[in-house]
Amino acid sequence: MSHLNPYRKSYFDTQPDYRYPPYRSTLKRAPTQPLVQIPQTLSEITGPVFSARDVKDTDNDLTAQHAGAPIGERMFVSGRVLDENGRPVPNTLIEMWQANAAGRYKHIVDDHDAPMDPNFTGFGRTVTDANGHYRFKTIKPGAYPWRNHYNAWRPAHLHFSLFGQGFAQRLVTQMYFPGDPLLEFDPMVMSVPDERARQRLVSSFDWENTVPEYAIAYHFDMILRGRDATPMETKGNKK
Amino acid sequence: MSLLLTAAQTVGPYVAIGFEKQSLPDVAPAGVAGERVVITGKIFDGDGQPVTDGVIETWQANSYGKYAHPDDTQEKLLEENFRGFGRVLTDAQGGFRLTTIKPGKVAGPDGLGSKEQAPHITVAIFMRGLLKHLMTRIYFPGEAANADDAVLNRVPAARRATLIARKAADGTLQWDVYLQGPNETVFFDY
Ligand SMILES: [Fe+3]
Repeated sequence: MSHLNPYRKSYFDTQPDYRYPPYRSTLKRAPTQPLVQIPQTLSEITGPVFSARDVKDTDNDLTAQHAGAPIGERMFVSGRVLDENGRPVPNTLIEMWQANAAGRYKHIVDDHDAPMDPNFTGFGRTVTDANGHYRFKTIKPGAYPWRNHYNAWRPAHLHFSLFGQGFAQRLVTQMYFPGDPLLEFDPMVMSVPDERARQRLVSSFDWENTVPEYAIAYHFDMILRGRDATPMETKGNKK
Repeated sequence: MSLLLTAAQTVGPYVAIGFEKQSLPDVAPAGVAGERVVITGKIFDGDGQPVTDGVIETWQANSYGKYAHPDDTQEKLLEENFRGFGRVLTDAQGGFRLTTIKPGKVAGPDGLGSKEQAPHITVAIFMRGLLKHLMTRIYFPGEAANADDAVLNRVPAARRATLIARKAADGTLQWDVYLQGPNETVFFDY
């Protein structure tokens, strides 16, 4: 038999539970029955394959999608996608979406009383290069209120969706900004039990990529599940 | 070297902004071999209310049981024009509709040469209120191989039906997702 090389289970404290009462919407949407543990098969180890051909070169520039420039603090966000073993994850599709500088989304459900920006859609995408690097040009999103609890405000954030190289690596996350006083009041952030894992969601100021008299840069690496360091033996490996 | 895994965070209520562009309700373009199937369903929350801001993503093999992925070393026919990935956003009634082909059988948990799995589609579900996505599968009705499937057999017998689509009178396959309640769909951890 030929072996399959599965992805490691995530260290449990790095991931939120489905049910987290401070985030009220989880109460009616989190499963109540225990998850059924299954072995990873070809179906979980494989996943959709993307390449640079799936995106346009300009798809990662959210400031150039309309006739004029969007209002707000222009910024670059870049970093790498790596697995837990430190290996770069190349050719992975990244989708990114966000609110405008005033904290308003271009979405019918968003009724926050903040101005829309006709020059900002808030969606971009890109594919990582051979070394796992990605880069977006955008404007810094505003914080916005939500009705989860009294005086609830989401800290400024970018939403990221990553495919990785197999369905088991699929990740949707959010990136936050350093020094934001709203972070410790945010149920999304606080749903992550491990303090270091929460810190991993906060980007860092990136002086080297900051462009003088043009735009500030932030650095944000994303880490996907890694495969077992030692592949399972091909013969006689019955669990 | 060991790096700390990035935590999942919810897609939130505005997921359509991020996911709509790459929405793929037609998984199999014309010319792809296999039995054409239409899969429809709805997602319901714990109050039985339809989930109108959900996303279903699907991943599957082609009709020969081959994944369009370099880690699939099975000696089976690969089709150039079949990626195998689908994505649909639920509508104002919580419904979704996906057209694809029925996948073939793929190798089982022990890899090549092991007993093949029953035809199935791998599913990820995203929505506001889910801090991380749900993982499940869709199986096909009236399939003899279901009885021997290594994954289905991990599921308590009384709950297996939640993973098997039903054939509707009009020939479409129906597969509803119940996040909670007596018919709660089986979700996996892997
Ligand atoms: Fe948001």
